[in-house]
Amino acid sequence: MEQNQSRIQLVAMKQSFFDQGLLDEQFIQLEELQDDVNPNFVEEIVILYYGDSLRLISSIEQALKERNLLDFNKLDTLMHQFTGSSSSIGAKKVKAECNLFREYCRAGNIEGCMKSFQQCKKEYASLRKKLEAYFQLARQVGSSEAACRSK
Amino acid sequence: MDDSGDRFPIGMRVLAVDDDPTCLLVLETLLRRCQYHVTTTSQARTALTMLRENKDKFDLVISDVHMPDMDGFKLLELVGLEMDLPVIMLSAYGDTKLVMKGISHGACDYLLKPVRLEELKNIWQHVIRKKKSDPKEKNKTSKLDKTTSESGSGLRSAGAENSDENGKLTKKRKDQDEDEDEDKENGNDNEDPSAQKKPRVVWSVELHRKFVAAVNQLGIEKAVPKKILDMMNVENITRENVASHLQKYRLYLKRISCVANQQASMVAALGSADQSYLRMGGSGHFHNNAFRSFSPNGIISNLNTPTGLNGHGFSPSGLLQLGQSQSFNNSSNDQLKFQPTITPVNQNILQGMPMSIGFDHLQNNSSKGVFPVQNLNTDVKPTFPIPNRFPDQIPKVTTSSSHPPSLGISNNGLMLETHTEGKHGGIGIGYGSSSSSVSSRHSDFSFSMLDQGRHSDNWSSVVPLSGIQTNSFPSSDCFRQTAIPPSDNMASLPLQAGYPGGSLADVHSQGSVFTNSPEYINGNLPFQGWEDRNQDATYHSNITYGSINSLAPVNGAVVPRGQTTSNSTLHRNLDTKFCDPRQMKHAGFADLTECSSSRQPRVNIVSQQKFSNNLGSLEYLASSMMEQEQDKMKLLGGDFICDSYSGGVSL
Repeated sequence: MEQNQSRIQLVAMKQSFFDQGLLDEQFIQLEELQDDVNPNFVEEIVILYYGDSLRLISSIEQALKERNLLDFNKLDTLMHQFTGSSSSIGAKKVKAECNLFREYCRAGNIEGCMKSFQQCKKEYASLRKKLEAYFQLARQVGSSEAACRSK
Repeated sequence: MDDSGDRFPIGMRVLAVDDDPTCLLVLETLLRRCQYHVTTTSQARTALTMLRENKDKFDLVISDVHMPDMDGFKLLELVGLEMDLPVIMLSAYGDTKLVMKGISHGACDYLLKPVRLEELKNIWQHVIRKKKSDPKEKNKTSKLDKTTSESGSGLRSAGAENSDENGKLTKKRKDQDEDEDEDKENGNDNEDPSAQKKPRVVWSVELHRKFVAAVNQLGIEKAVPKKILDMMNVENITRENVASHLQKYRLYLKRISCVANQQASMVAALGSADQSYLRMGGSGHFHNNAFRSFSPNGIISNLNTPTGLNGHGFSPSGLLQLGQSQSFNNSSNDQLKFQPTITPVNQNILQGMPMSIGFDHLQNNSSKGVFPVQNLNTDVKPTFPIPNRFPDQIPKVTTSSSHPPSLGISNNGLMLETHTEGKHGGIGIGYGSSSSSVSSRHSDFSFSMLDQGRHSDNWSSVVPLSGIQTNSFPSSDCFRQTAIPPSDNMASLPLQAGYPGGSLADVHSQGSVFTNSPEYINGNLPFQGWEDRNQDATYHSNITYGSINSLAPVNGAVVPRGQTTSNSTLHRNLDTKFCDPRQMKHAGFADLTECSSSRQPRVNIVSQQKFSNNLGSLEYLASSMMEQEQDKMKLLGGDFICDSYSGGVSL
């Protein structure tokens, strides 16, 4: 019923993430780490990621404001961390954009950097929304399941 | 470590360092899933503090490469240096360069983010591996005592001998060094009969600095181990450790003074050429330091093994100079830094300098113009005792510009000889002698080594020789061993240079460079030790300084192309014999030549010796560093070809 539907929906949603290339195997690995001891592990990680990466993003933006005097090294370092985080949660598309940014950075291509960073942010924001919806649903399913169990 | 030894790897104590909280949390969770005992921190400094407070608290360290408060590579080096724990690097990027850098800095592994569980499940192997290659740590003191006393006498006599042939002494010394310096490489030194592995005391730059400060304060005459130990106020060091270190240091000082004299004359002879050379380093300052450290054996010896050396064949020392000037530019600033610590250059030199052996000859030949080194800092004693050990190593690094390998590396004597041709005999190391060309060459060379990129702080800042690092590493090994005879090979720089600790990564070496059996690098060893080692022709191969070849096979004396002929001879000599600089003279050169043509010119780091002057301590340190590096290298396995070097370098 509703519970089932929700669950089905949840599964479908997740699958769509993979299909669209938004997430990769790392996400699956994170889910595997989730257990009774850590029931909301994945969500926690994602929340942590989005919280922490905000400052990274703003740092990068700040650095990019230099326009034609970009400090590529610094950008590379910042992006390195962002890439690492993104890959740790399995954010595939975001990571891909980050890599693209890195290439531009190394080439000293300012325009390229700007553009790819915009893309990065876009993917990042879009993934966030989707994951938020996902977790919300998951919680619903979880609670209704728990409710069922308790019955 | 095995706290739950029998259940190992379960319960293995891991310290995870990453400034990114997301990654850190994921990593921690994964590690816990593997049933390891995990401690995390986001600050590298905190990690270091934790490690320092109790070395036995952890079995393994995993660290991210990029961190805000400290460079991951630096942390890596420090950990390896001070605590000798296996370190695994983590990064979001897996470029070959970065990985190489990590390896050369001493990382046991390099993982890419996101890390997978399967990968983490296997990391315990590094702990085992490290333990295995670390011979009986427990065996410390008793053996140490024994060794110390032996070495004491050995050293003394060795020092006295300086001139070649003290194979025996060298050996003894070598043994001592090996024992003392805790060769990590257990396998490598065949020669080390005692093979007693005492717990390795790593004479890091800071430690050495403290040591030198204490000695200076007490006055060299009155400096006794006990007092020095008290003054240094460092834990985990026994009186014996200090005693043996002191011996080496004394020897080194002696050598420096000898070389200095010689150098002075040589410098005069060489005249301007050198000056320019020295300038080259740009860091001028550098040179001194660098050379100082190098001169002692270590540096040069490494050079010999051209492989590492940037192919330039520049004797490490020579190169260093050049490199310094030029390459140093790479690391130059770092190198300059070296001075106090051990000018990075030195490191390179050391590394590359297998040459030290040559120095002996160089010194003798000084007239030959051998001392290109002069350029270096004029302090540099032309005679870099090219660690003869590495016959092959003959650091072709002819530091002096175009100087043919005579750089001293190999055979100090040799170099000089060959050089006479055109060059001043300058110290093989390229220093001085042809100064002109050399400089350019050196840059190649020396910095090939240095450049190795690694240099980035390899030795915890000591060895800025980043450039040389790569190349130097091989040499570093060499250096250590090379009992830098004539000159003060006390390449105090434990070759941090290049090594960097890893850094040696750059060790071009074509892999082989490392071959300089780490032993050599001790620098402390009066090249005598090298004699054994030098024989290794293999070094030649190691030093793939391709470029060097062209330069003039003579690594030491990076002889200008034109000189090839002469160089070749030099090479020849150098190659073969780095062993005792004295001996090397001929042998070395001969080898060098061979090598050069065939392989990469060995770095005739001959001139390295000269370097040591200033650095005195640096050299010492450098050499020890080199050892360390070598050890590290050994661990890395890498290509270090340290082959034949008797002893040990075989990484």
